[in-house]
Amino acid sequence: MSEEISPAHSDRGRPIEGANADATRETLLELDSVTRRFDTEAAVDQLSLSVREGELLTLLGPSGCGKTTTLRLLAGLERPDSGTIRVRNEVVAGEDRFVTPEDRNIGLIFQDFALFPHLSVAANVAYGIQDRPDDAIDRRVEELLDLVGLSAYGDHSPDSLSGGQRQRVALARSLAPEPDVLLLDEPFSNLDVGLRTEMREEVRRILKAADVTAISVTHDQEEALSISDRVGVMHDGRLEQVGRPEAVFQNPASRFVAHFLGHAGFVTGRREDGAVSTVLGSIDRGRLVGYDPAMDGSTIDVLVRPDDLGISDDDATGADGRIIHRQYTGPSFVYRIELETGAVVHAQVNHVDRFEVGQAVTVDLTADHPLAWFPRD
Amino acid sequence: MGLQGWVGWFGTLVTEEGETAIGTGLTLLAAAIAAALVLPLGWLALDVLELGPQAIQLSFAPTTVQVLVRTVGLVAVVTAGSMIVGVPLAVLTVQAAIPFRRFFTIVAALPLAIPSYLGAFAVVSAFGPRGALSGVLAPIGIEHLPTVYGFLGASIVLTFYTYPYVFLTTRASLLSLDASLVEAARTLNSGRWEAFRRVTLPQITPGITAGALLVALYTLSDFGTPNIMRVEVFTQFIYARYNAFMRDYAALLSLQLVAVTAVILAIESRIGIDESGAYESGGNRGAVDLDLGRLRYPAMLLPAGVGLVALLFPIGIFGMWLVRSGPGYATGSMAFSWSFGVNSVYVSLLATGGAVLVALPIALQSAVSGSRLASIADRAPYVGYATPGIVLAIALVSFSLDVLPALYKTIPLLVFAYVVRFMPQAIGSIRSSRLQVDRRLLEAAGTLGRSRLSAFRSITMPLILPGIASGAALVFLTTMKELPATLILRPLRFDTLVTYIWRVQEAGLYGQAAVPALVLVVVSGLSMGVILAQEGGRDADQ
Repeated sequence: MSEEISPAHSDRGRPIEGANADATRETLLELDSVTRRFDTEAAVDQLSLSVREGELLTLLGPSGCGKTTTLRLLAGLERPDSGTIRVRNEVVAGEDRFVTPEDRNIGLIFQDFALFPHLSVAANVAYGIQDRPDDAIDRRVEELLDLVGLSAYGDHSPDSLSGGQRQRVALARSLAPEPDVLLLDEPFSNLDVGLRTEMREEVRRILKAADVTAISVTHDQEEALSISDRVGVMHDGRLEQVGRPEAVFQNPASRFVAHFLGHAGFVTGRREDGAVSTVLGSIDRGRLVGYDPAMDGSTIDVLVRPDDLGISDDDATGADGRIIHRQYTGPSFVYRIELETGAVVHAQVNHVDRFEVGQAVTVDLTADHPLAWFPRD
Repeated sequence: MGLQGWVGWFGTLVTEEGETAIGTGLTLLAAAIAAALVLPLGWLALDVLELGPQAIQLSFAPTTVQVLVRTVGLVAVVTAGSMIVGVPLAVLTVQAAIPFRRFFTIVAALPLAIPSYLGAFAVVSAFGPRGALSGVLAPIGIEHLPTVYGFLGASIVLTFYTYPYVFLTTRASLLSLDASLVEAARTLNSGRWEAFRRVTLPQITPGITAGALLVALYTLSDFGTPNIMRVEVFTQFIYARYNAFMRDYAALLSLQLVAVTAVILAIESRIGIDESGAYESGGNRGAVDLDLGRLRYPAMLLPAGVGLVALLFPIGIFGMWLVRSGPGYATGSMAFSWSFGVNSVYVSLLATGGAVLVALPIALQSAVSGSRLASIADRAPYVGYATPGIVLAIALVSFSLDVLPALYKTIPLLVFAYVVRFMPQAIGSIRSSRLQVDRRLLEAAGTLGRSRLSAFRSITMPLILPGIASGAALVFLTTMKELPATLILRPLRFDTLVTYIWRVQEAGLYGQAAVPALVLVVVSGLSMGVILAQEGGRDADQ
């Protein structure tokens, strides 16, 4: 949250535009201070965002953060209470103008895919292109079924398809009218866990092959980080941060973003003489993001993730904390450690290094990248 | 043995091991019931056979063909009319944000509660010769009202009282419609109307069809309205032939009516409407918003107009008769007596008792057993429900006269007719309440040391009692307003509320019919209440 960000960090309070995915391409979609209220509650609050042509952007956030409402605003299924939405520099909502969904040329893939149960797969795909001549429709349907790998399924009924196949049909159907933007609402939440990883790659492949601009929403950070060109993290109707997945992960703009992207732990320390002394030892200023001499003398929290820490047996220097939980994930163990200061951190270690719950251990900072930090309130 | 004792005794039967013996017993019982129904229907066939070659000649006589054509015509017009009224009302009350939506939904459904013959009676007693309104209009120079009798009048009255079938089934489809489908169509560049035509309409077609078939069956078997409105359709024509002592001809026509009914039922099963709606999909159901803007105020007048006219018109007319005096009042032998009400309650209670006793074993067995025999036993009694009341009555007259003259026009025969006709209502509600008793509850009782009988008494019984009660209430209330069987099978000089209304309307003396008619409106309203309470309970359980 912006309150938690010091003046010195105010640059990180604003959405960080990622220098990604071909910055030479034009801005296709723009939201400008868009607000949507339900009763008195603002589901989307002063949201500004721009998306470049051909980009795949994911809005990430917990349920109720306003991400689905944002999609529905873009699709024209909701009207903003204030603010403006532009597609190709043309206002589609706001400034006393509202373009209905059918005239917007924005496609939407629903969470449950919403395939028309009374139409065949091919008829579903053909639904949005009825204005074309018959043979053009046939060609386009064939082309798209081919793209999504379902050429043999044209006559099937949607009911007879598996989850992954339904998703492919939904993609083909939305792509058929060649939309300016394709929106995907929690695209993988209705799929089995095993299928999710496969479909993530597949959907990304199809979207890139169709060279379509896409905005997806999800509450699954792993999904967001793995498929997107850029990620936007939403919280309480606001956009907390936008940027390349690795930039947002490594350098979260707020504690909320840090927590939401997973396993965030904090160690507290005082900044003195260009270094921070913590329970894990002194952290040199060169290992901190955005060193600012004005902060010297203040107390800060340094963000440490499981992969930033290593643990070893209580050695001569004395223990830093005790293991309070152990989770085995296969390739590695993730230990939860209560430090002497009371703070709780996670450490991910190789699966051959086994420690017992209750054991006193030494925790070492092994990170080889600059660490993010937040001033203490 | 009281009801409780009887159910307890029955509990010992169904909870014993070796379900097959009991199952067979129950199947035999249901078969006996079905036979008891089919046997009189068979008598119709015998009557017809007695006609000999004349039967064929009569079947194709111009009059008979005309009756058939007129019947089919009335069914078609009323069914079409119901769809024209019912579907827009359903769309409006589900999808449009009209003011007082909940209130108008109820108003639009309520005409179902009033038997159409009361509506027809109200119309005739208002606009007919010597009607309430002709007296009012004569002084201002309107001597002749256009006649309300005939095909058009009957079509309008029947449409007003049957469209709620289409309205309710269409509503159910719309409410279960996945709103994402419509939104998906919108994002695929369909406008509102195109999305409705290409996505919504195909989805709700099964619901509309289900309602339309109910309307067709109702219109086909409705006895009161065509008789009061003097339209020569099957039910009216059969009754007229019967009164003219042409029992054989009445029997022949009855068989033809059964045949037409069977055709509609066959269409129904052919289309295969399952109750859950043909297309199931998850997601946000019924959330489609039809934004009418300012138009929502005039739009609100549609349900208000249709529903209120169907409801308030008869109540208003009966009320008028109640407060004014003068010509058109019955006296002497035609005077109203509360003993008619007592008679109605008396036969209805007998019918209720009989129906529940017969329905219990069939319903409980069919709910717990998956066997095909049990499901046949469960289904067979519905034949009685589908048979038009006039046909059953004519069949029982023939049967009793030929086989058991002692039963002819006696209370037992009348009650038997009621049981055959309305028992399926009791089966339905007992069966569904039994199905809601989770098997694991009984297993839990078992693990807590209860015997099967004890578990049945302490768990199943209390849980199904509401089902039994509402089934009984339904049978009671529908018997109270039953017309054709009561009219034909009642003992001489035995009048109920319904037959009294019938007699005064035949004589054109409407005045005193106001009281029994209003009582019947209340009774009908109550039976609607029972059905709604049942459905409300079911929704809450899900």
